[in-house]
This record gives sequence, structure tokens and C-alpha cells, in this order.
Amino acid sequence: MMNFLNTLDRRWIFLAMALCVGVPILVIGLTGYTFPETPTPLAEAFFNEVDTAGEAKGRRANILVALDFDPASAGELNPMAVSLVHQCAQKGHRMYFISLWPVGPQMIMESVDKVIKRHYPEMVYGEDYVNLGFKAGNEQVIKVMGIDLTTEFRTDVEGTTLSKIPMMQGITNLEDFDLIAEISAGYPGSKEWVLYAATQYNIPFVSGMTGVQAPQLYPYFPNQLQGLLGAIKGAAEYEFLVNNWVREDAMAKVLEAGGFPESKAMETAAALASKPQQVSTWTVTAEASTLGPEAKTKLIELATAPIPGEYLEGQRRMGPQLFAHLLMVFLIILGNVIFFAQRRRGGGA
Amino acid sequence: MQILTRFIPLLITGIAGLVMIISAFIPYTSEWGQKAGQFFNILAAFAFVLGGGNLLKVHLKKISDQSVGWGYSGVVLICFIATLFVGLFKIGAYPNPNFPNVPFSGETQGTGSWFWWAYEYVFKPLTATMFSILAFYVASAAFRAFRAKNFEAILLLGTAFIILLGSVSAGVFVTNWIPNDGPFGDLRLENLRIYIMQVFNTAGTRAIMIGIALGIASTSLKIMLGIDRSFLGSGD
Repeated sequence: MMNFLNTLDRRWIFLAMALCVGVPILVIGLTGYTFPETPTPLAEAFFNEVDTAGEAKGRRANILVALDFDPASAGELNPMAVSLVHQCAQKGHRMYFISLWPVGPQMIMESVDKVIKRHYPEMVYGEDYVNLGFKAGNEQVIKVMGIDLTTEFRTDVEGTTLSKIPMMQGITNLEDFDLIAEISAGYPGSKEWVLYAATQYNIPFVSGMTGVQAPQLYPYFPNQLQGLLGAIKGAAEYEFLVNNWVREDAMAKVLEAGGFPESKAMETAAALASKPQQVSTWTVTAEASTLGPEAKTKLIELATAPIPGEYLEGQRRMGPQLFAHLLMVFLIILGNVIFFAQRRRGGGA
Repeated sequence: MQILTRFIPLLITGIAGLVMIISAFIPYTSEWGQKAGQFFNILAAFAFVLGGGNLLKVHLKKISDQSVGWGYSGVVLICFIATLFVGLFKIGAYPNPNFPNVPFSGETQGTGSWFWWAYEYVFKPLTATMFSILAFYVASAAFRAFRAKNFEAILLLGTAFIILLGSVSAGVFVTNWIPNDGPFGDLRLENLRIYIMQVFNTAGTRAIMIGIALGIASTSLKIMLGIDRSFLGSGD
């Protein structure tokens, strides 16, 4: 047995990994089941920073959204980008998309199509969001943008001069943004934004990144990097927070319209959004007696409405991740059992 | 010739480096840094042309020499030229709705264009596949190489287990019996993972980062002062 395991053909390991990844994908795809996520302080910090951006200035926030990744890491990073755009759109922030990666514009288009065009069709290009596209030059682009953005970007991705885009009025350099939110797969990416933008100009900065990149960025949290999402786990946590908040926000609006004071509406909405299965029971309690039947129906609808699939990608991908990690742990233990058994017999490893 | 191949490149390097350093510390000269940055960005755009030329040169030579695997070079060249052609000439791109009668006004990457098609159905699946293959090799390597041979290896192994399990819901499941807000809440696997990343990892990474920064500073000075000339392409 030990000999068989010691000389195990690696194709068996490949097959085990394929099953550990493939079967959960199929099961989750068929059932829609996702594993529960508990957001860590890092994901909460990311969410809060986006949520409160621009509040101090009492106007809509200008968010520079840099999507610096390509399809190779899109599996890990796309759910982060989608959730980020989702939160910004729901919050009413103005989004300025750019990329330092050649295929970044496609990543931008994908997020815009999935979120803005599909779920926020009322948002107007040039007034609510703009795509400035890709610029070659890595960190030098960031450095020049810090002094004069229009030197680097003369037109948007469609070739429209920036002066003709309404939301570009008053934007001259990086200091005109309330927050830089970046999703990164390597160089140029999070580190360059920390070094040449966030630290130099003291601009709030949050970043989502691949798992291999995250350890290098932890030293910057929380002083130079106010929020950090690492790998698909970070994406799933953030996605959970955004989905919950969107439901909560919609419920608060219904409650406010139904006569609840603002603070009470928010408090109640938070409680209801965390336990959506109890909303229908709550609507028959004395606390909900001031609400009209329409508001009650709307609340039940909000609680039971399925979350669109594009907003669940991160949480769904945690399924294959779970089984792949368990397989890794099993393989490491098995490898060590063989190692110690051989050593006891006096063989080398 | 020494002036063209040695003196001028060294002079440009020295001046550019000096300008960047000065502009970072003296606010009056920050515009110099901006100008140098613009020069760099223009050069970076040229680098794409240079890269394309280099790609052609290397693979054409491989094909002409009929060296091992020259067929792959043929595939690279065909894909490169085809992508370049459909991108530059905007084949299949819908006209820009604002300028419907202007030729080439459409978006190169617009949905439905050939460039978009090549990206969506060739480039995207290929790069995603290449990255996904890592999972299989990592699993195989974990089985064969991750051995508890000594104390350091045991520490590494323990950390790997905590990070692997703490990154998925298995970690929560295994240590769910420890109250999160109790005195031992930090021992839950998902909290231990964060502790390891924020304390041990941060300490190690900072040390490495400071070392790298000092190394970069000294190497940059050597290049700027012309002591290290390896970037000129000679054996100096």
C-alpha cells in the first residue's frame, strides 16, 4: 500500500483536484447553494471606506476605480470588481474607470455591463461613470496623474475629449478624488497605487487583490491602505456585505416611505435584512402596524427576491475553494504519513 | 561610436534619475518630474512597437532555422498578425453611433467586432486555463514536497494548515465551538489566519521590503553614476 502511494501517478492527484473543483461547481450551479460567509474586519473596512467616501464634503463622491487585472486572474478578482461597482452604483458615487493593464478595458466593460447596464440603466455615461481606458507607463501614469490627470488622459475610451464630459469638470489630478478603489493582479497594481498615490497625496485607498499578492500588502493596512480584500475569500466576504447592505438600504427606504423615522427605519431594516426569512412574520407584529399593505408586500418581496447570479459569483466560488483546500490538507497529511512510514523502515524520502 | 553607445545613454540615465529624485524632494521642481514622466510614458508606448518587432524577429529566425518547435513560432506569428490586423483595421466593428458615416469610427473592442470575438473566445479562455492549471500542480507538489522534516518545516506546515482551513468555511466549522467574543475567540481558525497574516507575515514582509528598498536605492545610484553599465547591453 505504502509503495503504491509512494509511487502514485500524479494524474490521480490531478483527477482528485478536478473532482474537488468540478463537482461543487456543478452542485452549486444546479442548487444555487452558497456557503455562509462571516466578513472579516478587513472586508468591513473596505466596505465602510466605499460607503462613507465623500461624506465629509457633503456631495456625491468621486471614486477612481482602477481595474488592473486580466482574464488569467478574473476568476478571483472579477467578483470583487462587480461588487465594488455594485456598491458604488447603489450608493450613487461617480465612478472614473481606468486601467494600467492592456486588457483592463475589457475587465471594465465586463463590470459595467454586468452591473450598470443590467441593473442601473438610469445611470448616464459621462455623468455617473466614465471609462478612461488603458494607459501604458505603469507607475509613471500614476505619478503624472498626481500632478495633472488631463496630461495623461486627453480622451475617454470612446475618443471623447475630457472637457466635453460633464463629470470631468473640476477633476484635474488625483487629489480631486475622494477614494481610489483598485483591484489588482500584480505589477503595476496595489503597491504602486500605495507608493505613488495614496501615501504621497494622502488619498483614501482600498484594494482587492489575488491571494499571492495579499501578504505583500498587509504591511500597508490600515494606514496607507484602508481596506484590503485578499483572494476569492475576500471577494466572497465583500460580496456578502454589499448584497446585505443593498437589501437593507432598499428596506430602509420602504420603511421611511411608510412613516418610520430615519434612524428607526435603518435600525429595523438592518435587523430584517440579517434575517430575511422572518420578515413576513414581522409584518404582522404591532411594530409594523403603521405600515400600509403595499409597504408590507414590498418588504416581503425584498426579503424573498433572489439575489442575481452575478452578485453571488464570489460566494459560489468558495465551494470549489473549500474542497480544493480540504484536498490539499489531505494530500499533505498523506504525504507525511508515507514519509514517516518510510523513515521508520529506514528508507530515504 | 563610444559617444553614441556609451556616453549619451549614461548621460540620459544620470540626468533622468537626478530629475526624478530632485522633483520628489523639492516642490519647485515637481514639474520637471512630470515632464520626465511624460517622456517615459511616450517611450513606454513605443516599447509596444519594439516588443512587436522583437517578437517577429525571434520567431521568424526560429522558423527560418527550423529549430525545435518552430511550428509553435508559426502559430504565434499567425495569431499575432491576425490580431494586429483585425484590431488596427477594426474589422467587424460597429460604427460609432455619434459618427455613423465616418470610417473607422467604431470601437475596436466593441461587442461583435472580430477583436472582441478573439478576446472573448480565444484569449480569455486560454489565459484562464493556464492560470487554473496551477491548482493541479500545487496539489501534486503539496503531496510530494511538503514534509515535516525538521522544526522549521513543522512550523511551516502548521501555518499552512491554519491558512488553508481558515480561508474557507471549514475553518469556521472546525472551531465553531469556541465563542468568538470569549477569551479564546482569537484561537478560532479564521481569527488565527488573520493574526498570522497581520502580525507574523507583516513583520517578515516589512523586513524584506526594507531590504529590497535599500537594494533598489543602491543599485539605482550605481546605474545613475555609471558604475553599473549592464543595462547598456555589454559585459561591463
